[in-house]
Amino acid sequence: MEDTVIQADGLTKYYRMGEVDVQALRGLSVHIKRGEAVAIMGPSGSGKTTLMNILGCLDRPTGGEYILDGEKVSGLNDDKLAGIRNRKIGFVFQSFNLLQRTSALANVELPMSYSNSANEGRERAVAALRAVGLESRMKHRPTELSGGEQQRVAIARALVNEPAILMADEPTGNLDSKVGQEIMDLLLTLNRDRNTTLLIITHDQRIAAQTQRTIKIRDGLVEETVQ
Amino acid sequence: MKITRVIRETFTSLNANKLRTGLTVLGIVIGVAAVIAMLSVGQGAQNSITSQINSIGTNVLLVSAGSRARFAGGGVNIIRNIRSLTMADALAVANPIQAPSVNAVAPIIQGGNITAAANGQTTTTTVYGVTTSYFSIRNETVTEGSFFNDQQVNTHARVAIIGVDLATTLFGTTTNLTGQTMHINSQTFTIIGVLKSKGGSLAGSSDNQIIIPLTTARDRVISRPGTSVDEIYVQATSATAVTQANTQISDIMRLRHHVAVGKEDFSVQSQASLLTTATSITGILTVFLGGIAGISLLVGGIGIMNIMLVSVVERTREIGLRKALGARNRDIMSQFLAESSLLSLLGGLIGILLGWLISLIIGQIASAAGTALSPAVSINAILLATLFSIAVGLFFGIYPARRAARLEPVEALRYE
Repeated sequence: MEDTVIQADGLTKYYRMGEVDVQALRGLSVHIKRGEAVAIMGPSGSGKTTLMNILGCLDRPTGGEYILDGEKVSGLNDDKLAGIRNRKIGFVFQSFNLLQRTSALANVELPMSYSNSANEGRERAVAALRAVGLESRMKHRPTELSGGEQQRVAIARALVNEPAILMADEPTGNLDSKVGQEIMDLLLTLNRDRNTTLLIITHDQRIAAQTQRTIKIRDGLVEETVQ
Repeated sequence: MKITRVIRETFTSLNANKLRTGLTVLGIVIGVAAVIAMLSVGQGAQNSITSQINSIGTNVLLVSAGSRARFAGGGVNIIRNIRSLTMADALAVANPIQAPSVNAVAPIIQGGNITAAANGQTTTTTVYGVTTSYFSIRNETVTEGSFFNDQQVNTHARVAIIGVDLATTLFGTTTNLTGQTMHINSQTFTIIGVLKSKGGSLAGSSDNQIIIPLTTARDRVISRPGTSVDEIYVQATSATAVTQANTQISDIMRLRHHVAVGKEDFSVQSQASLLTTATSITGILTVFLGGIAGISLLVGGIGIMNIMLVSVVERTREIGLRKALGARNRDIMSQFLAESSLLSLLGGLIGILLGWLISLIIGQIASAAGTALSPAVSINAILLATLFSIAVGLFFGIYPARRAARLEPVEALRYE
């Protein structure tokens, strides 16, 4: 079990919307090994976003057990979850979510300002930008960068605390297919070279096909897993 | 999150919207400036009144005719049962056996609206008829010449000591006036001295007066029946003996005027009681002015709260992102509190400068209008304003900051 990064069993999630209870997850189980690259697919309303939020420690499951990188995280309080997110998870969003008023470098430094060890912060941020090929653009603001460059900054930000998992929610959704493929290549390279587990949510069959495994979700349960 | 980093990010985010930041700060600037200006003007008024009362002398009591019914809690006096004081009263009070705490006594008569003429100039002024002890009791000094002596009082000498303002009005100078003649109510007097300036007071300038011997005044300038006098200045042996002197004087006077305790037809006021009354009046004034100014500071604080609430809504996604990257609730909270505190601190600092400037201008206007009022910006007022403005920032920042901190990361990230 050493090499299992994500071990989630019997996850349930209920929302109350007005008078009706919505069951977003109905006892879903997911196991992902360290260094794996996995895609999660599913139609809207299948529960894949809910699953991503729970696996990303942004939300808590109603029931079930979730062990992330050897730590039981279901049932932790807000501050503990924030610490887990900070150390173990790197997020890449569809709309980049960069702070517009600061430089690329400052954006990459941001996660380190919420962790305790930030002494060598500047060098680590520069190294992360070098890893995504943006070393020469680090003083630029997001508005001065192209979409692909902005997503690279976001990936550098996700990498800077050396997380166990990189979680990307439609990372190519706002990019044209050529740039999207470049971003995809970068993510897969990082996955291979650094042994960082990669979890991608996508609608795009071509993106999913590049991963080692695709988990298809429907109605809050795993429909099938494609190797 | 490190404090230096919080401060740096705070500056960045406030810098991003300069106009909004400026307008929000302006609200606090006006509030703090108003508080500082009002407190310093109040303090200035208090200082000026206190120094005038102190210039009478810390060990001086004033006996005047008529009793002053004192209402509880206030300084309102009603004068009734007017019966004149006499020279005999003054002599009795000066008796060292009956009044051992009394050092010296100076009965005076005073007349207002008296014509003074010299050097072809004419003006009206106040004339005081006094005895020699008056000068030491009132701490008067001359810039040239001398005071009159007992012999000049006894011989009803027609000598006068004049204030510097009067000297300027009549002669256009304040020097080389000793030996000049002047007319007081058409009576010829010789000037033997010029009084050192004591500055203006709320009751008018004391530099415009004429002091002549009591005997001469009664004969020729101010008519008073018999040996009656208007007021008796009494000097206690020391500042600490003022209370005992007050008791001794009251006992003597009651006996002489055949009145019981509570039915006095005279009053004895010490400088301390004047000071207490004046201080309480100016204190109330200062609190009142400061309170009105405080309302504008409150309005400024509401402005901060308003802007911070808008800012939280605008930056919902940013808050969601920060939480996703590992910001705890207290990190978000401290970020927004730092912003609101910095806004109000900035406003406070600028407001202190502006308030100080305003109080200087008020001082200039007051002195141009002839009132001695030097507004005093005290360290206390500055500290109070600084602390209060930070407190306003924190208080009005807490609610928006809590709202920001309590946002669910999932929902905040989804916010458009």
